[in-house]
Amino acid sequence: MLAFVLRRLASAVPTLFIVVTISFFLMRFAPGGPFNLERPLPPATMENIMRTYQLDQPLWRQYVTYITNAVQGDFGPSYIYKDNSVAELIGKGLPYSMELGLYALLLALIGGVTLGTIAALRQNSLLDFSIMSLATVGTTIPNFVVGPVLTLIFAIVLSMLPAGGWGDGSLRFLLLPMIALALPQLAVFARLTRGSMIEALHADHIRTARAYGLPPRIVVITHAMRGALLPVVSYLAPCAAALMTGSAVVETIFTIPGIGRYFVLGALNRDYTLVMGTVVLIAIFVIVFNLVVDLIYGLLDPRVRHD
Amino acid sequence: MSSRLLKLSAAALLGSVLFASAPAFAEAVLHRGNAGEPQTLDQAQTSINIEAFILKDLYEGLTIYDAAGKIIPGAAESWTLSDDGVTYTFKLRENAKWSDGTPVTAQDFEFSFKRVEDPKTAAKYANILYPIKNAEAINNGKAEIATLGVKAVDDKTLEVTLERPTPFFLELLAHQTALPVSKASVEKNGADFVKPGTMVSNGAFKLVSHVPNDSLVVEKNEHHWDAANTKLDKVIFYPIDDQAASVRRFEAKEMDLVFNFSADQIERLRGSYKDQVHVSPTLATYYYVFDGSQAPYDDVRVRNALSMAVDRDFLAKEIYSGSQIPAYSLVPPGMATYGEPSKASFAEMSQLDREDKALELMKEAGYGEGGKPLEIEIRYNTNPNHERVATAVADMWKNTFNAKVTMTNLDVSSHYAYLQEGGKFNVARAGWVADYADAENFLALNLSTNKTFNYGKYNNPEFDALMKKSYEEENPEARSKLLHEAEALLSRDQPVAPLLTQADLWLVSNRVSGWEDNAANEHLSRFLSVSE
Amino acid sequence: MTDIVTNPAPTQPENPDTKSRSLFQLAALRFRRNKAAMAGCVMMVLIALFSYIGPFFVPHSYDQVYSSYVSVGPSLEPRPDEASLEDAMRGVATRARVNLDEFNVEGQAFTATLSAESPIDPRATRYFDRANEFNNTQVVATENDGRVLKVEGNVSREYFFFGTDPNGRDMLARVMLGGQISIAVGLLASLVSLGIGVLYGATSGYLGGRVDNVMMRFVEILYSLPFVFLVVVLVVFFGRSFILIFLVIGAVEWLDMARIVRGQTLALKRREFVGAAQALGLSDWQIIRRHIIPNTIGPVIVFVTVVVPKVILLESFLSFLGLGVQAPLTSWGALISEGASNIQSAPWLLIFPAIFFVATLFSLNFIGDGLRDALDPKDR
Repeated sequence: MLAFVLRRLASAVPTLFIVVTISFFLMRFAPGGPFNLERPLPPATMENIMRTYQLDQPLWRQYVTYITNAVQGDFGPSYIYKDNSVAELIGKGLPYSMELGLYALLLALIGGVTLGTIAALRQNSLLDFSIMSLATVGTTIPNFVVGPVLTLIFAIVLSMLPAGGWGDGSLRFLLLPMIALALPQLAVFARLTRGSMIEALHADHIRTARAYGLPPRIVVITHAMRGALLPVVSYLAPCAAALMTGSAVVETIFTIPGIGRYFVLGALNRDYTLVMGTVVLIAIFVIVFNLVVDLIYGLLDPRVRHD
Repeated sequence: MSSRLLKLSAAALLGSVLFASAPAFAEAVLHRGNAGEPQTLDQAQTSINIEAFILKDLYEGLTIYDAAGKIIPGAAESWTLSDDGVTYTFKLRENAKWSDGTPVTAQDFEFSFKRVEDPKTAAKYANILYPIKNAEAINNGKAEIATLGVKAVDDKTLEVTLERPTPFFLELLAHQTALPVSKASVEKNGADFVKPGTMVSNGAFKLVSHVPNDSLVVEKNEHHWDAANTKLDKVIFYPIDDQAASVRRFEAKEMDLVFNFSADQIERLRGSYKDQVHVSPTLATYYYVFDGSQAPYDDVRVRNALSMAVDRDFLAKEIYSGSQIPAYSLVPPGMATYGEPSKASFAEMSQLDREDKALELMKEAGYGEGGKPLEIEIRYNTNPNHERVATAVADMWKNTFNAKVTMTNLDVSSHYAYLQEGGKFNVARAGWVADYADAENFLALNLSTNKTFNYGKYNNPEFDALMKKSYEEENPEARSKLLHEAEALLSRDQPVAPLLTQADLWLVSNRVSGWEDNAANEHLSRFLSVSE
Repeated sequence: MTDIVTNPAPTQPENPDTKSRSLFQLAALRFRRNKAAMAGCVMMVLIALFSYIGPFFVPHSYDQVYSSYVSVGPSLEPRPDEASLEDAMRGVATRARVNLDEFNVEGQAFTATLSAESPIDPRATRYFDRANEFNNTQVVATENDGRVLKVEGNVSREYFFFGTDPNGRDMLARVMLGGQISIAVGLLASLVSLGIGVLYGATSGYLGGRVDNVMMRFVEILYSLPFVFLVVVLVVFFGRSFILIFLVIGAVEWLDMARIVRGQTLALKRREFVGAAQALGLSDWQIIRRHIIPNTIGPVIVFVTVVVPKVILLESFLSFLGLGVQAPLTSWGALISEGASNIQSAPWLLIFPAIFFVATLFSLNFIGDGLRDALDPKDR
């Protein structure tokens, strides 16, 4: 087991390297640079800036410099947010995104699995239908609609909750963004759980267990749930990585100081170093969560062995 | 386990919803919406207005804008100008102090200006101070920094020598790039001098904390020479780039000021908030530029025809809900040193006459119905408002000339990179906001030597000559006349079609007093106060 | 559940009696019995007809600007209504710089008397025709040396059942166009991702070991690539074509699909029937095709019903960044994101595209569930 984890982590190093290399060059193919603004810079100023940031050097040298620095943990200065280094920006924003993302993930996972199980147990009943309809609505309404509608109702009309901001980080502030972030994922979890739960309930060993007269609750929780959670767990890795690295839309609508927006802002403004920083971060998250998910797989299904 | 977690979080949630209450503030706090995250708080790196709002609250330049947008003495108490118009002598206030209590000295200003022009600093707005003797040469690495025409005569006297008389120099000094830094602090802290806890400033406020994309808090600076008249204890800037989100936070009474919101909200907001909605025309022009190196846009008749066929009233009234003004000249009206701009000849015609004339011109040029087919591509940077303008203009050109009009939008970086690198196009959107209140700032965009700014590759020796003369002309009236003549050429040739004079949109809560709309869009927090 | 092994080729008839009862036909039969799924199908067909055939029945094109009707609300009544006609006429008169002395409407025709300080140019009538409300305006009488003009013409009425957008374009026509684009992008991109993802996931999971490791590492690398940049670069290089957008989205969305299929496959390949197939000497490819892929169909179809809305939403995110379909073309996602910022001032901009959007995704979900139930080989 430990050997498996270590081997996976070791193999993550080349993965990261390839990701960094591809994105580095991909980015430079995009037209425009970090200093092409609505108000053009005079050529002399542009030259000064390019020299300062070493953007006037050949691409391969910039690449070597970047890799050399990155290995030592220096991800460079942000071109757009000049007062901060990329590491500082991400360091400041990540805790906010992770905290909000974690709450949203818990809400989505617990809510989704619970609703999905209930729906599966009452398959084709009115309850099943209502839960699934709600789940569908959850997946279909984009969060750039859910967000404004929620604030409109709870902040402006009812004046119950703040319309945005992190404030003191209490649930008062986090509730609406958390719901907007969790809703689509909750719906996905509910659908996945329902689908695989129905399948699991029809499986031979469950039928046998039922035939033996085991209480339905025990059957569902100890036997059916295990198999039924496999697709849910599969989805957990990308979902957790996405939620915890922040959502540009939700963070913008609720003005959350996370890092979700950096990726999009960085990309649109050609803030090369900031994008590279977020790319590395997302890559690490994806690798770690996939590893965790594979370990959970082993726990849920003894047939999957890490050998 | 999962259900317990659920219960726990549900309980926590309920608790915090029910028992949290807004803390009562005894101090006067202004909640100021700022339309985006400042990219820097370094006066040498700054380039956008949302940074200017913060920086000008933190620092005080030699001159500042008052609440009405007029230039008044700032850190300088008074100044004299030599008879030849090239040497300013500024007398700094005796009681001007940094937020750490040390006096603001002429040496600080000398250091700051030299820092901006130093090529190593790579200041974006280094050209703001180019009128100072040798500034441009230093910035281009062709002269020693020590030769800059700025000299601290003594602790409180600063002498600034210019290349040539520059009538708008006092305006330039109020720009955020000309704000001073504390020499001692920058030398000690290096690039970290901008950080909360380290920053030393000489304005009415000092920096307390900054959480990127959440808030930036400044507090009253007790050492400011006019601290007795600063009514606010604290200003919180909220960097919200989503316009709809900032309006919602205003409506939820979480913010007192909102800068920039979507024009299509004006009518609704006026209905609910009446005079809290402020629309103030500003020194900014929204224009379409024609690529003069491409047929048929190298034909002055075609450019004029296309420009005439744009119903600017519709754009201003319907697309921008009356928040913008139809423009017929590149230089916006309201420039004190310039007066009424030289408008295009068709400015006084009715829209129908313009269309008749446009058709006639187009026919002469051999395009449109009965001539060569007209295919036009409008390029614009991605933005809902620009898209709406492009849609409307496309429809007008389709209807008038039976042209085939397509639209192409790119993100802002790609769009401007393409134009600035001299890419070929048909018609492209661009905008210009005055850096300082002078017509030259707009007209220089069309100099043939100005490779970066002159997107349309306009090349008119006559225009270039007039501009050159204007730089050498010392008499303000004669200079204004030269500039008007130059602009008349632009209006005749229409290398660009000015469409709208832009306006700044603000939401100003009833809590706020001391607010005055002004074309310079300058609103120092020290002139504002809030009621409970 | 072992019957699949004894039926190696589903289309191969076992005996003449059950010839018509192939796996597929059985599934079709079960699917037809599922009311919700059939309702979903009907709904989907209706929406597709609305989007693709509808434009032939709407007199307004999606990019035509009605300058007199900017941001008007939805209504079953034709515009302009009687009350606003006089205002409209007054507005026209102001633009023509004349005074409106008298204005009457009878049925489809109007008469008006205009006056001014100086003689009126008869061309002024063109101002009336220019307004969307009036047409065929003619001068019937000139009085007082041309200072007073009597004109008459027709009132032109337009229906905007869904209202108009802030540019004065008919929302009905735009919702139809948005449907065409969204449905096409959603389906095509999902097909692309389905094809790549299922094959890739099943192969990776079945072969296992080092191959699996390498293939999954590749997926991880792709996951971590900056999608926005990928799209920016592609769009700039190849132009903003519709085909490119669904290819790009499909090429990104298959990653999730591959993971899910691989997860299923890992479990499946230890099952008895796979072992039996191996014992029978079937090649890896045959086993993947006949035994692995059909058995992953349940979760896969559930996931497709998730992917289609995701694709449609992703497209709107692209539009939001300005990388989606080029204006004046539009998609439901783009319309909704535009509407979401106008909820308070012009709710119809959000409501109509959202209704169609949600209805489409609902139908797709029911169809997906129905397909899953019908295709499940264990549920016979």
